[in-house]
Amino acid sequence: MPSTTINPTRQELNRLKNRLRTSIRGHKLLKDKRDELMKQFMDVVRENRALRKRVEEGLMKAHGAFTVAAALMSPEMLEQSLLYPKQNVELDMTFQNIMSVDVPQYQFRTSSQDPGEVYPYGFAQTSGELDDAVDALSRVLSDMLRLAEVEKTSQLLAEEIEKTRRRVNALEYVKIPEMQANIKYITMKLDENERANTIRLMKVKDMILKEAIQEKRAETAQAIEAFGGEAPTQA
Amino acid sequence: MYKIAAMGDKDSVLGFKALGLEVCPVDSPEEGREALHRMAKENYAIIYITEQLAAQLPQEIARYKDALTPAIILIPGKEGSLGIGMANVKTAVERAVGADIL
Repeated sequence: MPSTTINPTRQELNRLKNRLRTSIRGHKLLKDKRDELMKQFMDVVRENRALRKRVEEGLMKAHGAFTVAAALMSPEMLEQSLLYPKQNVELDMTFQNIMSVDVPQYQFRTSSQDPGEVYPYGFAQTSGELDDAVDALSRVLSDMLRLAEVEKTSQLLAEEIEKTRRRVNALEYVKIPEMQANIKYITMKLDENERANTIRLMKVKDMILKEAIQEKRAETAQAIEAFGGEAPTQA
Repeated sequence: MYKIAAMGDKDSVLGFKALGLEVCPVDSPEEGREALHRMAKENYAIIYITEQLAAQLPQEIARYKDALTPAIILIPGKEGSLGIGMANVKTAVERAVGADIL
């Protein structure tokens, strides 16, 4: 059904046909994009879930040790021990393009590679549980950074997939059928006009012929009269 | 050069200081909101935020969800995981696919 008023003209028909061609092509491309994004997204999400589980477990362990350490040491002492970190994390960010979605990629460097260097305090004044806590945290750190990358990627991909899916559906179920209906409407209307035109021409031709015949008859009758006025009965 | 921050109640995030992350202890949601916006403006690439705090700042976190930076990542606080982090993964799947298929 042509929802809005459209001009049933040949120009409009051509325009619509071109748009339909573009839309169908766009629909196919977007559909491919959606499928590929979805494939990538599934991989990312699976990794995301596994990593999150691992990070949460690791962090809970660290928190557990930390709570014990906090119970054994005075809060001032605890804070003092951690106040000046030896370790430093440097983070660089580059972007990777997945199907026209920019996703971040992190490269990180810790300032010292020695795992023993993470403790920013002397061992004499602190409890062993604090060592455990810091150790557990440093173990989970690389997973945490990877988690950040993967989780952000999955969020950005999800947004893009949602957008693409809407576009695909809008084209498939609204735009393309509407254009097809409009094209049908215009062709029908044009054909109808064509037929009307033919009929009109036939009618006109009939009328002209009839006139011509009558004229001819009148002429003949006149000629006969001029001749002697009796002929028609003979004929 | 980008920075990494950890945000949440003091006891949960203090340990990250030893690793060289920037620690932002926060006691109230208002404080958290302010700190989050400030960090988003500066060049923080990753902000780890405890679920306990995140539960009180849903709009702020949703706002940065579709932005390229910062990546706001929920981590369990010292009281344990509230399951919001996992739920967010699920929401992302639902958003993309239309149903939870995992």
